[in-house]
Amino acid sequence: MALDKATVAHIAALARIRISEAELDPLVDELSHILTWMEQLNEVDTSGVAPMTSVAAAELPMREDEVTDGGRREEILANAPRTARGFFAVPKVVE
Amino acid sequence: MSDPSLLALTLADARDGLARKSFSARELTCAYNDAVRKIERLNAYITPTPERALAMAEAADRRLAQGKARPLDGIPIAVKDLYCTKGVLTTAASHILDGFHPPYESTVTDKLWQSGAVMLGKTNLDEFAMGSSNMTSYHGSVENPWRRPGDNRPLVPGGSSGGSAVAVAARAALAATGTDTGGSIRQPASFCGIVGLKPTYGRCSRWGVVAYASSLDHPGPMTRTVRDAAIMLRAMSGHDPRDSTSAPVPVPDFEAALTGDIRGLRIGIPWEYRVDGMPVEIEALWGHGVEWLRAAGAEPVDISLPLTKYALPTYYIIAPAEASSNLARYDGVRFGLRIERNSLDEMYELTRAAGFGAEVRRRVLIGTYVLSAGYYDAYYLKAQRVRTLIARDFVTAFERVDCILTPTAPSAAFAIGDKSDDPIAMYLNDVFTVPANLAGLPAISIPAGLSGDRLPLGLQITGRAFDEETVLRVAEVLESAAQFRYLPSFVVGGHP
Repeated sequence: MALDKATVAHIAALARIRISEAELDPLVDELSHILTWMEQLNEVDTSGVAPMTSVAAAELPMREDEVTDGGRREEILANAPRTARGFFAVPKVVE
Repeated sequence: MSDPSLLALTLADARDGLARKSFSARELTCAYNDAVRKIERLNAYITPTPERALAMAEAADRRLAQGKARPLDGIPIAVKDLYCTKGVLTTAASHILDGFHPPYESTVTDKLWQSGAVMLGKTNLDEFAMGSSNMTSYHGSVENPWRRPGDNRPLVPGGSSGGSAVAVAARAALAATGTDTGGSIRQPASFCGIVGLKPTYGRCSRWGVVAYASSLDHPGPMTRTVRDAAIMLRAMSGHDPRDSTSAPVPVPDFEAALTGDIRGLRIGIPWEYRVDGMPVEIEALWGHGVEWLRAAGAEPVDISLPLTKYALPTYYIIAPAEASSNLARYDGVRFGLRIERNSLDEMYELTRAAGFGAEVRRRVLIGTYVLSAGYYDAYYLKAQRVRTLIARDFVTAFERVDCILTPTAPSAAFAIGDKSDDPIAMYLNDVFTVPANLAGLPAISIPAGLSGDRLPLGLQITGRAFDEETVLRVAEVLESAAQFRYLPSFVVGGHP
């Protein structure tokens, strides 16, 4: 499938990756090329076939609902680019 | 001055030598710390940890002296820089993880240290394990220690576990951890002339391994021999409640499975793996493999895996889809790189634009597209249905055979820079390795011969789920028959 510039710009916005105008054209070609190659899957008859989501046992294991870890605020914040008063800090969101 | 002759030992030999006190863990580790420095120009390590290695070796020596040796006491190994190591820089070879020092240790590396292994350092890889050449690393390409005779062009080590493969091949680690999402252990093992084992999905915990595609990611060992792979696998395996896909199954003594006796085993030969454009030398090597196993008493059986050609496009939909979700966490808030801006969305977009390389960006965008409204059914769900059929093909095949013999990769190592302008040409490297990831089956690559250019070529054995024992047993017989005794052009300690 051939993508257009607007679609690629939209995907990039969904993925939160800034793409410059100059980068857009080559990316449109690359992604269209890859998607067209993927479309060979349409040759396979998959009617009535269930999608496979995992190779592991389908049932997730259960455990007691209890606290197993915690109290590690300093460790967790240690890698943050910016913190304030024991929290992760981000640019102002609400005016 | 350390003793470079120690570097020629296999892991099994080194273990036995340490037990006999022929040398100390400290001596062995000093030799390897020196070797890590000597291969610097191959760019295999991102972060060497020589001081930590020495401290771990000294602790191993104390246990050895007290007669309390653990299975891997004093064995110096390298860790792919995708495994979180507590307090040690962990990069995933990405700019976006700048300065990340994990506050925890991955389950697999924790098991290795509990077994007494010594950490030499963290090895280079394709960014977030996305690549087949190690050219996508933010920390630069890794160079294969092998060269074509009379040709000075540096070759790729394969990927994504290229740094681990080079460290083991050039004798700058006794063994290494790798991860394999579409061939990232087996293909670099094939390109570098070593052994690479992708275990069954669920055998080794993924907890603490930076996620690429969670339903396809497999931690596993990279070694110089099949026996060494068996020893490493035992130490790395076991149920982990922190990974919900970790299998609650017992861990066998894989080394004990190496009996050398494969009489009566049925070996599947899938004719669909004779792909267009496969070099004749690889087809010939595959034929030798069949004859070696036949001579050892196994019975080759022609089988069909009809959907083989669809494995790659299936993989390249599912893996980017999972990646686009897994990599959403890199947003400049909790760890790594951040490009400061006044608005949150702008901060996200610019951080991710600066932090991700071209291949990662490409896969995140493809993944976002195939998961987006209107395209989900046509691409993602379609790929998941084809995946069901591919896994079913293997189930059918394993009703008739005990394991499957194929080449590992459709070529030997290529020059750094080649294939980098066409993503699909690069993806084709994984044509023989991707099916085992989609089906979650154990598969091993062993060095089996040389190409016309005198570069290593691997053969692959794939087995039933949780039957690594048969895979290893057959692989060891193949290894003995192949008699691969060649060394790379560059090897620490030099050629004998």
